[in-house]
Amino acid sequence: MITTLLFFLFAGFAIACAGLMVYHKNPLYSAISLIGVFIALACIYMLLAAPFIAAVQVLVYAGAIMVLVIFVIMLLNLEEDKPLTRLRHLYLIGSILGLVLLAQTLFIFYAVKKSPQSAQEQADAGLTLNIGRAMFTEYLLPVEIAGVLLLMAIVGAMVLSRRLKETRLDIAQKEKRR
Amino acid sequence: MEEIVKTLFPLIVYFTAIFLAFNGVLIIVAYTVLAERKILGWIQGRIGPNRVGPWGLLQPFADLLKFIFKEDIAPDKSTKFVYFLAPLVALICALMPIVVYPFGPPIKTIDWSFLPYGLGEGIRQLPLVIADFDVALLYVLSVTSVGVYGIALAGWASNSKYSLMGGLRSSAQMISYELAMGASVLGVVMMAGSLSLTKIIEAQTRYPTRWFIIPQFIGFIVFLIAAFAETNRVPFDLPEAETELVAGFHTEYSALKFALFFMAEYVNMFTVSVMCSTLFLGGWYVPGLSRIFEYGSIPYAIVSHIAFLLKIFFFLFLYIWVRGTLPRFRFDQLMSFGWKFLLPVAIGNLVFTTIMVYLGIF
Repeated sequence: MITTLLFFLFAGFAIACAGLMVYHKNPLYSAISLIGVFIALACIYMLLAAPFIAAVQVLVYAGAIMVLVIFVIMLLNLEEDKPLTRLRHLYLIGSILGLVLLAQTLFIFYAVKKSPQSAQEQADAGLTLNIGRAMFTEYLLPVEIAGVLLLMAIVGAMVLSRRLKETRLDIAQKEKRR
Repeated sequence: MEEIVKTLFPLIVYFTAIFLAFNGVLIIVAYTVLAERKILGWIQGRIGPNRVGPWGLLQPFADLLKFIFKEDIAPDKSTKFVYFLAPLVALICALMPIVVYPFGPPIKTIDWSFLPYGLGEGIRQLPLVIADFDVALLYVLSVTSVGVYGIALAGWASNSKYSLMGGLRSSAQMISYELAMGASVLGVVMMAGSLSLTKIIEAQTRYPTRWFIIPQFIGFIVFLIAAFAETNRVPFDLPEAETELVAGFHTEYSALKFALFFMAEYVNMFTVSVMCSTLFLGGWYVPGLSRIFEYGSIPYAIVSHIAFLLKIFFFLFLYIWVRGTLPRFRFDQLMSFGWKFLLPVAIGNLVFTTIMVYLGIF
């Protein structure tokens, strides 16, 4: 009873925040609404007995990634009432991707109804120990692939920032030679 | 009637527990402020506040009244909604971790059968923690990491150059030191084999050296330094460096909204002290106490709780002591110290702990 009430509270909050995020003109308010969505989602994960995912959701998305987004918005200080005509041609792609997402969601509904998992298994699946065990046995390959991808991203970031420095130095040296 | 009571009973218990814990923490926080002013005074050869009440003991309440009755000024060109939201975010994120602190050992000797409608059935023990769940440590880290928005948004919404600089500095600083903090905690998590704070304390009661500070000394030092940076305290108080930025991110805040930021800072200090004592000093656990009192009895719980508070007060005193002693970092020093020294040391400690745990030495 209370769980259902809480679910509707968080779900409603998430949907309201998502709507605000898409439709608000000020990018900072959009970012704040996105943080709201993440926190509401974390609360829903908590209701679904997946505390680890909930904590990581807040820690990674709300606590780290969105801080960077807000950081950039604060530094750039974007104009509030600039018309967004530049993105007009993206509407078509956006609507196609939206349809794909909808199909995915419906497929998940279908898959969950078909799945033979017992309620007991589902209740324990969100615990840290079981997640760790599953990650390093059953799903080892995807974890490894994700790890390599992240490593590539880190190395890429280092290379990009380093080369920028060198080119600036090169330019300075060239100017000196002239 | 019985049905209603049975549904509402857990809610009432939880709300009462949360209410008591919040008020207890806020009173400790109020007296931390007074202690800070007194101890700083003694360090600098002054007396400190001594006018309100005996030895100035009522000073926190006088300050609170002053904050409530002061005029609340908001800058003309501030972004109003965010400007009002920021102090709330800061304080709420600082207060939320309180629900997972283990304040003491479970009490097992009380007989709960006196409760009406058979509510006491099946209750074996009274745990001195409000919510004990699987990922309590991650919960604390994640909620406190959301607290950075309070400061960053306050800096942006005030529409003032000093505030913006303070907000930017604080978000950069908190992202950087969060990494070192998380990495330093992992050693303890690995040794305890759990992310739950109660289980980490239990693991320390079984461990040969009792407290994790001995095998995890490097992790402890890194955690302590990163914690000073996370709470924006001296020597890492660059977000409000008063000689450079007037008052940093809260320059434009007055009256009660300033008080909220002020409280958030001290509640965060309390949180970090609790985490330090829980992860590295055994939390409420006092070695050898079970020989005097029986585990699970009321005197055992009381002595353990007092020990827990003493450990917290030690760390709070450390904060004040450092503030009275050390000068402030420069910003580039702060960044390079976090990224080039603390983070590698924390990761080195993690690798070392992994090897030791694998070999069965830790």
